[in-house]
Amino acid sequence: MTPSRTAFAAILAKDLRAELRTLQSLPAMALFATTTFVVFRFGLDRTSLSGSLAAGVLWATLLFAALLGVNRLFVAEREEGGFDAIRLAPIDRSALFAAKAAALFAYLAVLELVVVPIFALFFLDSPAALAPLAAVLLLADLGIAATGTLISSMAVHSRARDLLGPLVLLPLLVPLMIAATGASEPLLALGGPGYHRFGTWLAVLSLYDLIFLLVGWAVFDFLLED
Amino acid sequence: MYGKGLRPLSIATVVAIAAAFSLVFFYAPLDADQGFVQKIFYIHVPLAIVALIGFVVGAVFAILHLRSGDRRWDAYSYVSIHMSVIFGVAVLVTGAIWAKASWGHWWVWDEPTLVSFLIVFLMYATYYPFRYAIEDPERQARYASVFAVTAGAFVPLNFMAVRLAESLVHPRVFATTNGGLPGSMMLTFLACLLAMALLWVTLVKLELTAKSASGQLKRLRRALDAPAAGAGSRIAPEVS
Repeated sequence: MTPSRTAFAAILAKDLRAELRTLQSLPAMALFATTTFVVFRFGLDRTSLSGSLAAGVLWATLLFAALLGVNRLFVAEREEGGFDAIRLAPIDRSALFAAKAAALFAYLAVLELVVVPIFALFFLDSPAALAPLAAVLLLADLGIAATGTLISSMAVHSRARDLLGPLVLLPLLVPLMIAATGASEPLLALGGPGYHRFGTWLAVLSLYDLIFLLVGWAVFDFLLED
Repeated sequence: MYGKGLRPLSIATVVAIAAAFSLVFFYAPLDADQGFVQKIFYIHVPLAIVALIGFVVGAVFAILHLRSGDRRWDAYSYVSIHMSVIFGVAVLVTGAIWAKASWGHWWVWDEPTLVSFLIVFLMYATYYPFRYAIEDPERQARYASVFAVTAGAFVPLNFMAVRLAESLVHPRVFATTNGGLPGSMMLTFLACLLAMALLWVTLVKLELTAKSASGQLKRLRRALDAPAAGAGSRIAPEVS
């Protein structure tokens, strides 16, 4: 293994282990998402959802739950001096970006593993849409992980870190939200999943992931200087 | 040194705007379908194009800043984005007026270009609180450049996503810019585009000149041990 790969694996393992032992982010995210479903049930006054309404509720909830995780992502690094340690270590700084993005991706995947079945249980007539939905979820998670890591690493050094992350991240995630809801809407339609423009939206999601992974990879060095 | 050439540039801008507006009102034919109100197109669309190019220019300056570490490029990037956000307000206002006049509503969601522009505008509006929240000036400049690069990559992606979300449902109402525009209208449009681009460049140069002058004043006062006049801006970078 190259030094970067070793560093990547070490940071990722450290993050996942810390999360497993402290359970700081994931339970809160899952609880938040579930409660938001209940809020939507009364806010919309609907007991079952389909089509665009179902896609909107699901993605708005996942997006806001993801923001909670994004906010916490670098807090330990800042408070316990992890940034200084990374700067001192003779490794490629991009390894930190990759490891943090991978950790966020893992959190989101686990979150959805718990929360999307709850969503189906609460609102959907049949769970048939869940299998194709997984592809959309995974691609969207990758995009959220890339932009979330980038913005979070900057927001954590600011005075208003809890405010700044969501503020900057939300408009940045609008294209991702458009593509994800566009793909999910026919999937969640009444009377079985449809695949209207499914491929187009997956392509848009992939393009979003690719661009922001590349941007993050390219600029991350500058975020760790000084 | 930023003030050099500002006067001829300003004169050229005034002449270009006067010429472009005379073309709009006395040369370009009335639109057969929309009549007089269509003339707002000659202001709205050039403003939007210039604002978007300004955002991209801001991203290019940001890349230069990251590559060279020269704080001057951060100031260029800041001023470019600042001016484009101001142009963006004008784009949204003129767009709303045009929408009210031709569709009867102040805001329409089925015009993808306008919606994309709103999202881009909201994205860049967060540039100010973002800068403001980071105290160390050197770090602020670096992060602001990273923001500008990220947002620069976001602009074309966002236009694509919004366009895709609408295009199959709603036909394009306007063939904007070159598509099917008669020659006299095209000429007027290009004149307006040039005038707005010159206005943007002049305003950017003016702001840089003002910042440079206040920076010099500050240094002179410091050299004379005089108290600084008022607190400077916390988010605008200093120009030497």
